[in-house]
Amino acid sequence: MRHSHGDDQSRRRHRRLAVLAVLLVVVVTAAVVSAASARTTSKSATVKVGLITKDATNPFFVKMHAGANAAANKADAQLMYAAGKDSSDNAGQITAIENMVSAGVKGILITVADAKAENAAIAQARAKGVLVIALDSPTSPTSAVDALFATNNLNAGIKIGKYARAATKGKKVTIAMLDEHAGSSVGALRHNGFLKGFGIKGNNKQIACVANGGGQQTQSQPAMENCLQKNPNINVVYTINEPSAAGAWTALKKAGKKASGVTIVSVDGGCAGVRNVRAGIIDATSQQYPLRMASLGVAAVVKFANGGKKASGYTDTGLNLIAKKAVKGVPSKSVAYGLANCWG
Amino acid sequence: MSFQSVRRVLAAPTVGPLLALVLTVVFFSLKTDRFFQAQNFSLVLQQVLIVAVLAIGQTLVILTAGIDLSVGTVMALGQVVMTKLAVESGVPALPALLIGILTCVGFGVLNGGLVTGMRLPPFIVTLGTLNIAFALTHTISNDLTFTGLPKLELFWGRTFTINGTDFTYGIVLMLLLYAVAWYGLNQTAWGRHVYAVGDNREAARLTGINTNRVLLSVYTLAGLTYGIAAWLLVGRTEVGDPNAGQTTENLDSITAVVLGGTSLFGGRGTIIGTLIGALIVGVFRNGLTLIGVQVIYQYLVTGVLVILAVSVDQLAHRRRA
Repeated sequence: MRHSHGDDQSRRRHRRLAVLAVLLVVVVTAAVVSAASARTTSKSATVKVGLITKDATNPFFVKMHAGANAAANKADAQLMYAAGKDSSDNAGQITAIENMVSAGVKGILITVADAKAENAAIAQARAKGVLVIALDSPTSPTSAVDALFATNNLNAGIKIGKYARAATKGKKVTIAMLDEHAGSSVGALRHNGFLKGFGIKGNNKQIACVANGGGQQTQSQPAMENCLQKNPNINVVYTINEPSAAGAWTALKKAGKKASGVTIVSVDGGCAGVRNVRAGIIDATSQQYPLRMASLGVAAVVKFANGGKKASGYTDTGLNLIAKKAVKGVPSKSVAYGLANCWG
Repeated sequence: MSFQSVRRVLAAPTVGPLLALVLTVVFFSLKTDRFFQAQNFSLVLQQVLIVAVLAIGQTLVILTAGIDLSVGTVMALGQVVMTKLAVESGVPALPALLIGILTCVGFGVLNGGLVTGMRLPPFIVTLGTLNIAFALTHTISNDLTFTGLPKLELFWGRTFTINGTDFTYGIVLMLLLYAVAWYGLNQTAWGRHVYAVGDNREAARLTGINTNRVLLSVYTLAGLTYGIAAWLLVGRTEVGDPNAGQTTENLDSITAVVLGGTSLFGGRGTIIGTLIGALIVGVFRNGLTLIGVQVIYQYLVTGVLVILAVSVDQLAHRRRA
């Protein structure tokens, strides 16, 4: 064939270019990754503290990570961080626990993806002398970890349930509930808390729709749309968190509902969520404090590393109901307070 | 009616999926009176349109015997870029929008370049770009949601009314895109080449088709559809959400293509089938919620549907061994 030699040469040239391109990609990636990691490790590292969150992208955990970093820097400790792939990735968290124990952490702070699935790995870590503190999400049994620093999520639900009931006093209510995935302990607590606070027992006709909004804005929108299609008279919406509330509101708005005609309640107290309270989109939200969870956690590990006692028991990291319009019988704090103490 | 004639009917493109869609609509209409309403159909179209547009790109790729796993995250990245530039960086709406869409096209070119230049399997290439796009989406956005978007970016969310029912402009764009894709695949030489490359790449090359150029064009156009889907998503949700596109969009786009009768081995399938496939999934999700079935069963139904669809397709097309 006439062109075979030219083809071979050009193929060789292409291969050389390809190899160079691959090498370039490897070098650039290595540089980017090392630059990114340099920011999160502190210099004179003595005490190693591990933080493992459910995922690395939910703003709640992003803030928790930032808070832990700040606390570790202040205490001259080194923070190691890992997260699951998504909010139900048990295996990823178990691997992270094992890696951190081999790396010599003195304590691990963890928001468990599942209340039971990681107890064995946690027990092994504790047997090696590592202090394990659960943040935000409880384990089952609670004795599986040394201590729990968390919001009382049941109370978070109760507060917004009571608010929703008081705000709709005298009116006929049709309720929609946007939860997240089925195995979420936090989700179950807030959901049941809302029902308790509102005063609903069992299978009540007032609840028109229970849907999975995934705790996310983009997923909650179609969930709310379908709920509205099922029953257009929905006027109370419980949402597991503020991104979910935002998605629900987009659906309600497009269906022609006015903010004054629907009572939306949520949990989190993130700055974006509190701004939505100020805008009248969310009527009330239970504010929680991830930065406090992180700093208390880091402090506890550092104390233990320096010969102090192990942390134990449950520490309530605080909860405040933030509402624009206060209602009788339900104590709440102002939007200004919410903005001053919000995270994100 | 003999078994052979039934097979022949089912083998005609899109008959199977269309039949499935009709049966599903009938089923839900009987189960609840809130299903067969114009407003509900408008709702289903609005809920389906993002995946339907993504599935156009996915169809092109799968027709060439490839697969694109980076679909959802590339769209998410485009969406974050176009909103962040407009809201935070003060870039005017049109350039911000174009840069966002071009980001998606860029990933399409990257995918296509790696598949043709390095001869890497599309599954592996797009697995890699999926993760790269995911990482970029979260680092660029810092995990913040962008609100207060300019009117141009919200355009496709605007509604118009027909006979008292609201429809969004996005629905019109989706249908237009399908019409354009249909024309391209069925009425142009390029479309013929796409099918040829998917059916037998080597044979296509030997007939003089520049297979590399065809493949590169397919992946680039797919990237363009992801960019347009990003614009549609922004119009529908009114925010730039860094968590969008990372749950079911990838698998949903593939499901729509498969349910529509396109073969994963390439060379066979229709773009209209993909639209029907996307509608089937949307109708099921909407219908099951309306009759109060738990969300988890939607996964079960989708899984069974996919296996049924592929089995029917196989049986209808089985050649005499």
